[in-house]
Amino acid sequence: MGRKLLLDKAHIEGIRHFDVYRKNGGYSAVEKALKEMTPDAVTEEVKKSGLRGRGGAGFPAGMKWSFLAKPEGVPRYLVCNADESEPGTFKDRYLMEFLPHLLIEGLIVSSYALGSHRTYIYIRGEYAWIVDILEQAIEEARANNFLGNNILGTGFNCEIFVQRGAGAYICGEETALLESLEGKRGNPRIKPPFPAVKGLYDCPTVVNNVETLAAVVPIINFGGEEYAKIGVGKSTGTKLISACGNINKPGVYEIDMTISVEEFIYSDEYCGGIANGKKLKACIPGGSSVPILPANLLLKTAKGETRIMNYESLSDGGFATGSMMGSGGFIVLDEDQCVVRHTLTLARFYRHESCGQCSPCREGTGWMEKILHNLEYGKGKMSDIDLLWDIQRKIEGNTICPLGDAAAWPVAAAIRHFRDEFEWHVNNPVESQQRNYGLAHYADALEITV
Amino acid sequence: MAEEIKLIKVTIDNITVDVPMGTSILQAARMIGGDVAPPAMCFYSKLKGSGGKCRTCLVEVSKGSNADPRPMPKLVASCRTNVMEGMEVKNITSERVTDARNGVVEFLLLNHPLDCPVCDQAGECHLQDLSYEHGKEGTRYEFKRRTFEKHDLGPYIQLHMTRCILCYRCVFVADQVTNKRVHGVLSRGDHSEIATHIEKALDNDFIGNVIDVCPVGALTDKTFRFKNRVWFTKPVDAHRDCPTCKGKVTLWQRGDEVLRVTGRKDQWGEVEDWICNTCRFEKKHINDWVIEGPTKISRHSVISQGHYLGMKKPTETFRAVHGGRDPKLLMDIHSISEVNRPGIDLSAIPGPATSDVFNAEKKK
Ligand SMILES: Cc1cc2nc3c(=O)[nH]c(=O)nc-3n(C[C@H](O)[C@H](O)[C@H](O)COP(=O)(O)O)c2cc1C
Ligand code: SF4
Ligand code: SF4
Ligand code: FES
Repeated sequence: MGRKLLLDKAHIEGIRHFDVYRKNGGYSAVEKALKEMTPDAVTEEVKKSGLRGRGGAGFPAGMKWSFLAKPEGVPRYLVCNADESEPGTFKDRYLMEFLPHLLIEGLIVSSYALGSHRTYIYIRGEYAWIVDILEQAIEEARANNFLGNNILGTGFNCEIFVQRGAGAYICGEETALLESLEGKRGNPRIKPPFPAVKGLYDCPTVVNNVETLAAVVPIINFGGEEYAKIGVGKSTGTKLISACGNINKPGVYEIDMTISVEEFIYSDEYCGGIANGKKLKACIPGGSSVPILPANLLLKTAKGETRIMNYESLSDGGFATGSMMGSGGFIVLDEDQCVVRHTLTLARFYRHESCGQCSPCREGTGWMEKILHNLEYGKGKMSDIDLLWDIQRKIEGNTICPLGDAAAWPVAAAIRHFRDEFEWHVNNPVESQQRNYGLAHYADALEITV
Repeated sequence: MAEEIKLIKVTIDNITVDVPMGTSILQAARMIGGDVAPPAMCFYSKLKGSGGKCRTCLVEVSKGSNADPRPMPKLVASCRTNVMEGMEVKNITSERVTDARNGVVEFLLLNHPLDCPVCDQAGECHLQDLSYEHGKEGTRYEFKRRTFEKHDLGPYIQLHMTRCILCYRCVFVADQVTNKRVHGVLSRGDHSEIATHIEKALDNDFIGNVIDVCPVGALTDKTFRFKNRVWFTKPVDAHRDCPTCKGKVTLWQRGDEVLRVTGRKDQWGEVEDWICNTCRFEKKHINDWVIEGPTKISRHSVISQGHYLGMKKPTETFRAVHGGRDPKLLMDIHSISEVNRPGIDLSAIPGPATSDVFNAEKKK
């Protein structure tokens, strides 16, 4: 049974409201930080905790905070990235919906550490009802002097504003988010300069994910070193995983990052096994952007070690035989799922969500979708598979923002691990319209040459 | 007191230059010139914030700087990456760059209509040049090319959205030169388009400059539309006393007739001064202008093949002019395009060339 640091109070009746949250120990991190610690000491604790960004890239949060430029007389901003639009990822929604005050508390402490007096939550437009929940929580916190001027008599001022996005995945990319927040078209910026130097309104800015900022609360409550004891290696603390697909118990789980992928899928405490007694075929362990893995490579690494649900183990083997922790969107595919169709679905998503700024992504994503469409509907050619490979290769790494990579990786991984399924589609245009390729050998321990 | 500008050393394709701090790799490469300068479809030195989008100028940084000699893992956009002391860059000497650039050119042409035979930009189109120099023969794209609903931008400026490469230069011009932007990029992804939100004319005094910055034939001069092919016209530098702009322009003439007025462009295709709409669209009489003399045109340009009266045609082959390199044909537009009939001598047509002319030829 893993320890819970974020969702431990989620089941408490009325925890959405300030009084209940406070009665259950809420806002103690704000009191501790603002009354007993300097801003730098808070940053120091976050550094010690080893907390890594939960938005996808896994960049150490404390390090990001210490990069923040602090020129005299220039405001600094903290922006909470609640755009959560990656297919398969819905952990931030759960956290904000059920524990809004945990996020607000984390934001106050983090704003204090960074010197942000105006802090923004940029939330995806479709989470409209959560905006109301958050705004109510902010009102309650302000009414109790946890927000506004002279918080708890410490002299620290802070306001939190919630800004709704308008339905664009790309506005989750931190610089596109800042553009959108400034009221402009959500095009990612060309870096450098990085937000830590020139962010919101050209001022130094830190952008962090919802879960990252919520995790600051237990870090301050228990201390960074204590937090770092949970988990393993550079995967410290607990992680929220949103599990979906063909499993018995889809939902959001808080795990400590020492459990195996196998346990996560099959144990009753988590996903509860594959639904309808089917077999596991493949899985995308970290949200739609990360490489898909066949069952055999998912449960064990190429070296034959048990794969663990953490940053290091999931990426073991690089892209050749591994994947990524990503944003924690865990998508499970059973034996009835078609990898070609699934890849088409993802390609359609990225084509639709590209901002269109740079040519490889704007043109390449649409091209890949069209070819995949042909392959899926029995009109593909054998050369299309190599062509797809070449297109994704020419997008990857050559674009302004990582959406280009995110569009390329799923296609690359699908071809890398499931090429025979693509070939079967080409060779059996009629049959592939009537049945799926099935499990094939993907669950068998393959001999892997790296 | 002006601070002394610090010069730093950067090596591009094995050639070392001293450049001031804060210079981009692209600008440094342009100082060396020739093939070392990467192609740039979106960067425009006179437009703040431009660049970074088209990805044609990608280069490999094989050594970051003296202080941090590690190579950069990804190719970088040379127009938006500044040089560092001791940096080493590979442009045409890098296979990775050539490969990526081929890809970018293919992407840029993927949905391009290839209507060069009826496009006013042909002959001075940067996409044409780019495809000749860096493209491959033929395309691997087998799908219908994208189309857009037509938008009318008023009496002066013609928009052909299908040709647009979304370099955003015209948006920056409207922002920075006119301060009254009524057009921009609508929608996203492969359906992004240049448009005004509500059908609206672009009518600021300086808006005509969008035509000069547009690297392709997406924004062209309506007052010159189908009047002539640029290589049949003769460019001369001229000026007039203009109350709005400096009045320094290039006139594109046929005989004594002024067919078109543009800004004066440097060797990288950038205008020297922004000119006003009056100079561009309304002063089409030779008496409006004081002629300075023929415009210097690079011999690489097809415009240099133009029929300069009393001038000798160059006798070198195309190959000799290109320093021994054979230009690679991206695709033979003559075989693809329905409308193109090389048999037609456009200069022999009395009025503007229209589809009727081509259709009549086809029926013959
Ligand atoms: C296309 C794209 C979409 C993204 N969407 C999100 C998102 O919805 N939520 C998020 O927290 N990070 C998202 N990111 C990552 C952010 O750019 C940024 O790295 C993150 O917010 C940093 O927070 P962290 O360090 O706390 O993870 C996205 C990145 C890209 C390239
Ligand atoms: S990679 Fe795609 S989403 Fe990112 S800036 Fe380029 S076009 Fe926009
Ligand atoms: S219309 Fe021309 S200048 Fe404007 S974005 Fe398109 S290609 Fe660039
Ligand atoms: S010129 Fe550098 S990216 Fe376009």
